[in-house]
Parts: sequence; structure tokens; C-alpha cells
Amino acid sequence: MGRGKTIARRSFLIGSAVIAGGVAFGTYLVKRDPDNPLTARAAPGDAVFNPWVKINAEGITLITPHTDLGQGAASMQAMLIAEELDVDLDQITTIPGTPAGAYYNTALAAEAVPFRSNDQSFAAEAMRSTMGAVMKVLGAQVTGGSTSVPDSFDKLRTAGAVARETLKAAASAQTGIDAVLLKTERGAVILPDGVRMEYTDLAAGAAELEPVTDVTLRDPSQWRLIGKRVERMDIVAKSTGTQTFGIDLKVDGMVQASVRMNPRKGARLLGFDAARAEEMRGVLQIIGLPYGVAVIADNTWRAFRALDAIDYDWDVAAYPAEQSGHWAEVEASFTPERLDKEWRHDGDVDSALSESAEVVEAEYRAPYVAHQPLEPLGAIAKVTADRVDIWVAHQLPGFAEQRIAKRLGMETEQIHLHNQYAGGSFGHRLEFDNIDVAVDIAREVPGTPVKLTFSREEDFAQDYNRQIGMARGRGAHAGGKVTALDLDIATVSASRSQSGRLGAPVPGPDTQIAAGAWNMRYAVPDLRVRAYAVPELAPTSSWRSVGASTAGFFAESFLDELIHAAGADPMAERLRLVNDDDARRVLEAVAEMSNWGAPLEPGQGRGVALVTSFGVPVAEVVEVTATDRGIKIDRVWVAAEVGRVVDPVTFQNNVAGGVVWGLGHAMNSEITYKDGRAEQGNYHLSEGMRLHQCPEIEVRALENNPNIRGIGEPPVPPAAPALANAIFVATGIRLREMPFFKTVDFV
Amino acid sequence: MELTVNGRAYTVDVEDDMPLLWVLRDELGITGVKYGCGIAQCGACTVHVDGIAVRSCQLAAGDVDGDITTIEGLGTPEALHAVQAAWIEHQVAQCGYCQSGQIMQAASFLDLNSAPTDDQIDQAMSGNLCRCGTYPRIRAAVKTAATKLQGA
Repeated sequence: MGRGKTIARRSFLIGSAVIAGGVAFGTYLVKRDPDNPLTARAAPGDAVFNPWVKINAEGITLITPHTDLGQGAASMQAMLIAEELDVDLDQITTIPGTPAGAYYNTALAAEAVPFRSNDQSFAAEAMRSTMGAVMKVLGAQVTGGSTSVPDSFDKLRTAGAVARETLKAAASAQTGIDAVLLKTERGAVILPDGVRMEYTDLAAGAAELEPVTDVTLRDPSQWRLIGKRVERMDIVAKSTGTQTFGIDLKVDGMVQASVRMNPRKGARLLGFDAARAEEMRGVLQIIGLPYGVAVIADNTWRAFRALDAIDYDWDVAAYPAEQSGHWAEVEASFTPERLDKEWRHDGDVDSALSESAEVVEAEYRAPYVAHQPLEPLGAIAKVTADRVDIWVAHQLPGFAEQRIAKRLGMETEQIHLHNQYAGGSFGHRLEFDNIDVAVDIAREVPGTPVKLTFSREEDFAQDYNRQIGMARGRGAHAGGKVTALDLDIATVSASRSQSGRLGAPVPGPDTQIAAGAWNMRYAVPDLRVRAYAVPELAPTSSWRSVGASTAGFFAESFLDELIHAAGADPMAERLRLVNDDDARRVLEAVAEMSNWGAPLEPGQGRGVALVTSFGVPVAEVVEVTATDRGIKIDRVWVAAEVGRVVDPVTFQNNVAGGVVWGLGHAMNSEITYKDGRAEQGNYHLSEGMRLHQCPEIEVRALENNPNIRGIGEPPVPPAAPALANAIFVATGIRLREMPFFKTVDFV
Repeated sequence: MELTVNGRAYTVDVEDDMPLLWVLRDELGITGVKYGCGIAQCGACTVHVDGIAVRSCQLAAGDVDGDITTIEGLGTPEALHAVQAAWIEHQVAQCGYCQSGQIMQAASFLDLNSAPTDDQIDQAMSGNLCRCGTYPRIRAAVKTAATKLQGA
């Protein structure tokens, strides 16, 4: 290469020497952050500007390291880079990139600390937090915690701006025209006379230059893409059957496989008889594993069928075999010994309640719930003596590589994870069963790529469900106002269960048990929220919105009971109690959108809930009608404060989808155990919501807060309590246990 | 056995009771059709047999008695079917895994009923599960597609 003016590289131009004509630069290098992972794989002629931008003669590639789980992460990340790079989305290709430290999630640790997102006064607590420690252990690349937008917002715009300014410098070096006279537009530098110099032609020259890191990000008034309705980059592929998901990938020489693990989650296989399966057509190999049996076959269905023909001897579960045993353990957890943390105590609750003439008491329950994205778990793995390739969609790709290396006694550098588009996740793809099993099978057939596919029944049986839990509330009112609220919450610790499996059990309180409750943005004079940790039962994991999906239901249901007991209006009393501008505005928004207070038809009822999770206050109003065929959900109005909307289409879709997720599972879904096994093994027994139950959903984004936030999870927690509160108004039935179908019928 | 898929004839050597889904995916490499549940509860595997939507996970290969169309045969990125165009216009998909089945279901339904009521749309589409919750846009896209097909 070397067509441009050669300037001695400064030491922070990491890796640029190893690629012909390539260059690596960006603010991350100045700060001596991890190496640019693109340099090692760059081909001659590639200009790898920074970990997110690669340009060569063939085209412009943007690296979008946050895994696309269906939440639109790939398009969102591309929009941020493209905004400053001055390219349009039809000019670029996106790839998920190689797991690398450069893609460390800077937003997640901040989200995990145990102080209210609108309150800095407990900052010291952060250092002691469970989640903070978990994040430190996880280290690198994480998609989760609704952090993809906050992590990317400044970083990716800067990456685009640095590349753009350096391409201008390259054009300047070639033409002798001062860079300040140059413009950029649609993937080209525009000279003063209107001549276009394409980025793809300038890349090699740019590779020879020192990076232009002194960039100013554009004022929002100049944005072409951010905040505008654009076509998602994957929308055509996903509407024509041409999007390749992990399960669709083909690798040369690949064989199919499936697995049957002990349905008593986590327990071992004692023995098996595969005599019948060995004779079945297409069966290539049957592999006994410590936890189950795998079948390699020439067709996925033949593998499934062979697994059905094997007799298994399973060990007993480490947790109670029957569901009643799980509840008994939860019920027994409201004790001083199991107090995980008293998260909040305003005023003096004990005195207030003892002095109150009437104390309102209620008890709530939230079951285990499965994740069950529609694409079942799977992976393609190829193991050789010195290299492992694995093709899989995962939210922790770097950690997965480390895990495989440890499992096989290899170096992390020998493990190559190729991240894929996921057919949904909702937290499911934070776990490693599919990766462990795929590697265990593939190591038995070195050099042969093995595609592992879980059957739906296996996926249900092996899911790490949402935490099971209960809450007990006591409260008081006087003069038509809520005066005291005391909420004790006891759940198993999904964070502790998860971090334990990661080999990094951490001390300290679990920030999630009371998330969405203790941080309620209300000024009740006497207010206490305590979290109790139920010892590990069936293993659990992060389920879309994590702790707030249960604690938010408890808190907003009990507050609603107190408001009704006080004879107050649920909206007016919340607005009276609210102590934060963002929260007040989302409540006011849904009150206005729903025309709260307007007369309702006979049998109709409306409920409201406000829950803050992941720093995002979300208010929802649900309207239902009690019909002779059951409860019908008519409409939902939802408002969320996220600081800034990057992609309005995806925002709308994530909010509406979050409402459907929250409502559908609160209505219809639970996992219960019998004989140590989950009783629900397919969608007919745990289906979430179907289309005929889906209400009209009206969404509004508020953009007042200076901090930008993610929206994948925060719409979920208010949905269940808003629905329960609406059903109470419509029917007089107070729903204190999910799923609601156990108490009322739905249309 | 002989199968015609998207206008092309194939000969496959499979058990009579292998579900059509797995013939398409693993024997013929046609992957727009998805495995979701295996028991006709999610609709991700929906294809057309002589234009009628069927759950390919429940149709034994030996029982196929007509021409099969998968999402790849309904339309392509370059030549979209009206239903696919409506799906793109409304940006229905999130993860997109269910959408092949949703589109095949909608296309067959609109072929039989070109002017459906809201209730008929709800009935026709409720057998197709979407875990991302794209239902409001599925409803809107079906209506848009119906309007386009009526004008066609």
C-alpha cells in the first residue's frame, strides 16, 4: 500500500504494523484500552479504523458487538456509527465481530450498583454490591441489563467521527486541499468542486495517517439517523425467510445432534440403555455424558427420536421434588437469619403501624417462569487439537470462550466464537448449557462440526427459570392518604444462582430481590422495604427485567391495595406521593394518554402502575372489560423516560413487546415441579400471550433526563400490577398470585 | 419419495413418518421454515401445501399430497409477496424467528378471505406464537396486505 503520505506511527497505534495498509486508531487507543481485535484478522487492503469500523476497497463494515437478540441491537449500533461516519444504512454491512476486551460494556457496572438511579447518596454501597462484583468477574463483552444503548451512545458515535475525520485527512493529503474545506456525505469525501472521493478508495491512504482523534460530536439538531424512523437493517431478511439464525447455519461436513439431560435440573445420569436407539436409522453415535446422553445423527429428527428410545436412570434432584416444597422454603424465609438487606427505611414504620387503628395486610406470590425464546437452544461446535470453533448466539461471548478453554484445557486464544443472530433470548442466552454440551459432543468426534439442537421439551426442562418469590405487605392510611408501607420480599437469588454457575459466587446483598420495589419513587412518610434471600432451590437466572418482574408486581399491587383502602384515586394518590420529576412525568403522560378519570363502560376497569428498573421509570395504564367469556384486555397506555430515543421504531417495538411479555406471563405462565421435573414441557402449557389476547398498546417516549437509557426490560415490570389493579376495579377480585389464570378466566 | 418444493422437484429417501419440517430443513437445506415446538403449538413451521397453510412439524412426509411452498417460494427480497411487503412496511419483526410462519399463515388466510374482519384476523393468526410480542404490528400488516391484495 503506502500510497498516502507516511507518518511515523505513535506507539498507541496498536497493531497497525501487522496489517498491510491498515490502521487502527480511536479514542480507545489513546486511553490504552484493549487491543483492536480487528487488526489481527485484517487482510491486505483493510483499513481497520478502530474496533467498530473497517473499510476496504470492497466496502464498509461496521462491527456491532452487542448481540442482536431481536431487540434491534445491530441496527441501533450501526445507526450510531453511521450518523457520524456519514454513511447510510444501505451502504454498510454489519458483523457481530470477534469477542474482545475492546467491547467491554462500560454501562453495565454502573447499572448494577445498589443505589437509586436518581440518587447518588449511597455511592459507597456500590463498592460492596453483589452485582458490581459479578460484573467485574464477567469483565468483557456483555449484552444485558438494558445497557446496549447507554454503552454505545457516545462510544460508537465517536468511532464514526474519528474514522470520518481521518478519511478527510487522507483526502486532504492526496489533494492538497485543507481538510476544513472538505465535506462528507453518503460514504464519500466531497471536494469543494463537488468531486466525490469514495471512502472505499481513501481507506488505504487513511491507513497511513495518524488518527484524527480531536473530534466533536454533532449537535442533535444535525442528526440524520438518530431519533428518525429508519428501516431496520434486518427487516427484509426477517420478512423473507433469508435471515440466518444459529439453527440455520450450515458448516461443511456437519452432523446433527441432540441431547437429553437429567430433567431433574443439575442432577446426574446414573445409567442408560441405548440398545434400541443404536439400531435406528441415521444414528451415527451415542455418547454418554455425566449429565445425560447425546445422539449424533444425520438428521435432527432422527436424533430426537433416538433419544426418545433410550431408557435413562436419573439421579434425584438437589432441590425439593414437589412444588409445595419450594413454596414451603419461600414461606420460611421471612426471618432475621435470611434477611439479605433492608434496602430502605424512611420514617419509622413499626411505630406508624402499631399506632394505626387499622393495618392493611396482604401476601403475594410469583412463580418460576421459563424464558423459552422461539429459537431453541443449540450451537455448532468443531473441536480439533489446537482450535475450537463455535457458532452460537450468546450474550456473554467472551466469557463463553474462556469457559470452553477451561473445559478443554486450552488457551482462550484457541477458542473462536462466531456470534449469531438470536431467535429471541429474554435472558436465556446468558447461560451455557448449550455451549457445554456442544463442546462435550464435538470433542468426541474431533474435526467434525456438530450441530446441536435442543428439542423444545429439552429446552423447557433445562431452562433456568425466573426466581420464585413471595411478599408480605403491611400498611396504613389516614385521611384518604397512604401513610405507611412495609414490604418484605423473599425470593431465591437469581443473581447468586447465576454467578455461582459462573464459578464466581459473590458475597453481599443481591441487588435484584427488591429491585423495582425499594427504589419506588414515592414519598410515603413511613416506608420500609426488606429483601430476604431464599436458599437456592431449582436453579434460576436473569429473566427479562430480572428482580423487578417480581418485586415490581408486589410493590405496585400492595400500594394499590392501600390506595383503595384509603378511598383515594389510584392515579391521583400516586401523583401525590411521587417524589421525582421523571416519574411524575411518566405518570402524567399515561393519565393524559388514557384520559384517566373519564367514565368507563359497565364491567370496565383501569389500573395503573409505576416501576423504575434499569434507571427507567415506566408508567402503564391497563384497561380491561369483564365479559361473560372472561377478562378482556382492551388497551394499554405506556410512557417511559429514557433520556433519548436512538431508534424510534425499535423503541416502540421493544416497549409494546415488553408489555406483551409482562402481561402474557402474568396471565398464563408458570413452571411448577413434580418429581423434581418441570411439569410444563411445551408451549401448550406455558405460552405467554397469543395474538387474540393482545390489547391495543399506545407508547410514548419521554426524553427529559440527561442520561440515555435502554428499553429492553423496563416496560415489563409495570404490566402485571397494572393488569391486576385493573381487574380489581372491574371485578372486585384482588389478584395476589401470578399466573392470574389460576384465579380468573381470560378471553 | 418425490416432493415438489417451491416449484422444484426433489427425490428424498426418508422414513414415511419423518415430519415434512425436517425433510425441508435437514434433507433439502431449506431453512426459512423453522422448528419451534414440534407439536403444532407455535406455527413457526408453517408452509403451504397447494396454497393451504399447514404445520409442517405435524405433516408426515409420506402424507404430503400436493405442491409445497415455503417462505422462500412465496416471495424474495427482489420480488416480494404482498404480505411480505406489508410486513416490511410495518417493520413487524423483532427477532424474526416466528415471522416466516406468521407470513405463510397470513398469506394463506388472505387467499381464502380477502376482506377479513378484526375478529377473523385474530382467529386466523392466534395459532402462531410470537415470543417478542409483535402482535399489534402483525394485525396492522395483515390489514395492509388485505387492502393491497384486494386492489391487485
